[in-house]
Order: sequence, then structure tokens, then C-alpha cells
Amino acid sequence: MWSEAWQEYWTRGRGSIAFVFGLAITVLLVAVALLSLVWTPYAVDAIDIPAKLQGPSAAHWLGTDQFGRDVLSRLMAGAVNSLAVSLVAVGIGAGLGVPLGALAAARRGLVEEVVMRFNDFTFAFPALLSAVMITAILGPGAVNSIIAIGIFNIPVFARLTRGAALSLWKRDFVLAARVAGKGRTRITVEHILPNIASLLIVQMTIQFALAILAEAGLSYLGLGTQPPAPSWGKMLNEAQTLMYLAPQMAIIPGLAIMITVLGLNLLGDGLRDLLDPRLRRER
Amino acid sequence: MLRFLLGRLGLLIPTFIGVTLVAFFFIRLLPGDPLELLAGERGIDPARKAELMAQMGFDQPMWKQYFDYVVGIFHGDLGTSFASKKPVLVEFMTLFPATAELALCAIILAVCLGIPAGIFAAVKRGSVADQAIMGTALVGYSMPIFWWGLLLIILFSGILQWTPVSGRISLMFFFPQVTGFMLIDSLLSGEKGAFLSAVRHLILPSIVLATIPLAVIARQTRSAMLEVLGEDYVRTARAKGLTRRAALWRHAVRNALIPVVTIMGLQFSFLLAGTIIIENVFYLPGLGRLIFQAIAQHDLIVVKDMVMLLAAAVIVVNFIVDLLYALLDPRLRGGRHVE
Repeated sequence: MWSEAWQEYWTRGRGSIAFVFGLAITVLLVAVALLSLVWTPYAVDAIDIPAKLQGPSAAHWLGTDQFGRDVLSRLMAGAVNSLAVSLVAVGIGAGLGVPLGALAAARRGLVEEVVMRFNDFTFAFPALLSAVMITAILGPGAVNSIIAIGIFNIPVFARLTRGAALSLWKRDFVLAARVAGKGRTRITVEHILPNIASLLIVQMTIQFALAILAEAGLSYLGLGTQPPAPSWGKMLNEAQTLMYLAPQMAIIPGLAIMITVLGLNLLGDGLRDLLDPRLRRER
Repeated sequence: MLRFLLGRLGLLIPTFIGVTLVAFFFIRLLPGDPLELLAGERGIDPARKAELMAQMGFDQPMWKQYFDYVVGIFHGDLGTSFASKKPVLVEFMTLFPATAELALCAIILAVCLGIPAGIFAAVKRGSVADQAIMGTALVGYSMPIFWWGLLLIILFSGILQWTPVSGRISLMFFFPQVTGFMLIDSLLSGEKGAFLSAVRHLILPSIVLATIPLAVIARQTRSAMLEVLGEDYVRTARAKGLTRRAALWRHAVRNALIPVVTIMGLQFSFLLAGTIIIENVFYLPGLGRLIFQAIAQHDLIVVKDMVMLLAAAVIVVNFIVDLLYALLDPRLRGGRHVE
């Protein structure tokens, strides 16, 4: 049954420009990231001072940085960093937020109240600001930025899951399952979660895009991934002082971030249109 | 309305308590303690440390420290910066106008361009203009703003030399701070060219900070408009003889803007966080720079209080947005009929 549904989505999806473009960019990005694990044009940290700050050429397709390192190689390796941080951060958000939201919807009462108040006040902290605060306490680094970004994904998923689950708990098929004697946990796992899966997938795509921006922002401020590990945000930070001398150093990593985020947003928009027929009509 | 107001106020208090708790435990949960962190590798003499601990109240039981902290907040006493030795509130008040000015200019820009763009795209749904606007919005929405800032600096400050790279006003102008808002102070000063200089300094940061909210508002306005345009009352308005334009402005736009107000409230939170980055890109002396410097100097009292104050600002703005929402949407007020 599942495979038939996905088959139908796929057939419809091929007709959506946003979806196709988004998917293509995302697949390309993942492929580049995976490729960089086994091959990059130059060693990521290979310093070559005589060749520093070169523009794009046959030898260095995207030029070199202030230490003569190959920008393309660093960009490819940076993709791994961006994807890994964002993937784990969104994983933390969804992994904790979805159960919390589902619990709130299933239990109602005090549990729901506590979860929702927790949500409210987490939302009161501007996410990036709090991520800055958390990395400031725990110290800069990729792992701490994962924690910082992950924490602020929790309420997003909790709120979404609760809202969607609440409306499902009133539906006939859930009532039927309750009459059949299934417990709340079993109903949640067997009926509620599969029915909100599409909603969650769309939200994950969007949060993934936001996480990439947040990670780049933290690294740009010097609070994320630390040198010499390559990261797009850090590359931009290093380019800032050299932007008149070698503007390509500032342009290229930013373009990579933007295209990645754009691809994920297109994919998210496309998926939402595909999975939610009501929205598709409105658009 | 009063019941609604009290209800919202009731929700505000636990949220605020939560915020103070987080801010308070923020530095207490550190591995080690704030003084040792501040002292860094040099270390600190135990006797001196004990003295400082007592001076800052860190030797008291935890609950007492928290109680003193909350009492302090209500008395406007937030503690003293480790680095500058100035009260945090004084630093906040000095730098807040710069951040508020930037955030306000950005939100005005985002609203003034985003709402018309969204309405236009909805009315011309499916046209080239609609697709162009929505495509641009999607790109804007995906923009890493610090990069966008750098690009604009390279183009407008570097190549074209139209705008200055950093600061709030040209160094040629000296005048007393009255409001702290450079645009207003420069006008009040009466110095020729001062206002123009302030505008030229503010324009790029405002555009950069406005980009994402602008894109979000345009997208949201469009989708809200499309929903409203399909409603029966808009068709009725047209059927009873209203022109397309009148039905659009008097019925559709008014209703479509209600959800947009909520989005604007949510964007405020983004704007505050965005200022941290933008102030660092353009070297603007605001709260963002202060927080960033405080982090660099391990001045955790400042970081903690700034985050608390900004979170409080977000809570208050969201409260105001809720009230606005209730004013705009009579259904929420409960029981009261619309005239």
C-alpha cells in the first residue's frame, strides 16, 4: 500500500518544477559530499603559499584561498560538515520533538500543558541568539553547534506533531482502534504517526534548510566548526577581510550555502504541494 | 476583550519565569564557574576568588541567588559587566536604540514591500509577474544574510562607492545623543548633511536584515490572499456590484492581512537574532556587537542578561501581536459582536 502511494507521488512529483529542481540540487549536494569523503581535487588542508589568492583557473577551478588551499576541495569537504551538522541537529529536534508532541496529544491534561509551556518559552528565545548563547557556554565547535541548533528544533516538531495528532485523535478510525482495545501508545505508533509522516517529512526538509543557515551563521561568527576543518561559514568569515582583494573567496562559499538552502526549500515546497492536496489547490 | 487580555497576561507570567530560570541557570550550569572561566589560563588566587564570589553573591544558596536575581530584575538591577564594570542595564540602554533602529527600519522595509508584492502576486496568480515575485522571494528566503551583506558591501561600498562600509554616521558629524536613534538625532542636530549620512549608513544593513522577513511576508500575504479571494464573501461583494478593486481592498486585503500580522510578530524574533550577525558584518555598535564581544571576553553576565532581555522583548512583542490579532479578528475576542 505504501509503495503504491509513493509511486503516485513520484509520478505527480515529476511534473512539479520546484520538486524536480529541489530534488536534483539536494541529490547533487549529497553526491558531492559523499565524493569528497573519498576524493577531492587537492588535499583539503594542502597549503601552497606561492599559489595563494588565485582566481579560477584550469588547475584550481574555483581558485585558492589565502593559504593557497584549493577552494573547490574545501567547498566539497565543507558540504559534508554542513550536511552532517544539520542532519544530526534536525534528527535531535525530530527525535525528541515528535515523541513529546505525540505524548501531549495522546495524554492531554497536565502533560500537554507542561509540554506546551516548555514550547512557549523555548520559542521566546530567538533561535540563533540562543544557539550563540549555548555555543558560548559549551565552547565553540561542531558538536556544540549541533546541540544548539538541535534544541531549538525540538519545539517546532513538538508543536507540529501535537497539532496534527490532536485532529487525528478525533477521527473515526482512531476511535475504532480505541474501541478495539488498543492502547494510546499503540494507536500513536500504528495510526497517528504514519498519518502525519508526510507533514513531518516536509517540516524536516524546511528545518534542514534552516539548520544549514544556522550552522553557517555560527561558523561565520567563529562559534561553529573550528579551523582547520573546512566549513562554508568559516570560509566566508575568512573571506571578509579579503573581500576586495579576492571577492571570489566571499562569493563562492555563500553561493554554495544559498543554492543548498534554495534546493532544500524548493524540495520542501514541492513536497508540501505533493503531499497536501489542499495546499496544492491554493497555490 | 478583557478576559482575553487577562488570559494572555496569565500565559505571559510562566513564560517569563521560565526565561529568567533559563537565564539564571545558564551560567550556574557551566563546568567550572564563571570566575575561573573569566580568569582563563592565568587562573585566580583562591582568596581573591572567595572575595569575588562573596561580592557577587555566588556563595549564597542557589534559591537565594535566584530570588535576588529576580528581585534585581524588577528593580532594574541586572548585575555588572565583568569586562566594562558598567551595569548591564546601562550598556543595554546605550546600545539598544542602535539595534532597535536597525530592526525597525528592516521591518518597515519588509512590510512596505512584502505586503504589496504578495497582494500583487495573488491578484496576478500564475502570471510571469507572480512567478518572478515568488521566485525572488524563495531566493531571498534562502539567503545567508551575512553573505548577502558582504555581496552588497563589495558592490555598493567597494565597486560603486555609494555607501560607507561600516558605522552609523560619518565621523565628520558630532552631536549629542538625544534619543539614541541616529536618524532622529541627526535631524535634531540641525547639522547639514547629517541625516543623509545616517541614512546612507543605515540603508545597506536594513536591506540585508529585511531580506528574509520581506520574502516570508510576501509569500504569506500571497497565500493568505489566495485563500481569501476564494471565499464566498468576496464573491458576494462582487455580485452586489462592487468593482474588482473595491472588493479587493475593502474585503479581501483586510481579511488577508490578519494572519500576516502574526507572521510579522514571529519575524521580530528573527530580526533580533539577525541583528547579531548584521551588526558584525557592518561593524555597527549595537546589542549584537555587545553580545558578540561579551562572548569573546567570557563576560557571561552580559551574555545571560542580554539573552534574557531580548527574550523578554520577544515575549512582549508576541503579546502585542496577540492583542493586535484580537483587535483585527473579532472572532477571537469572544462574545462581542462586530459593528
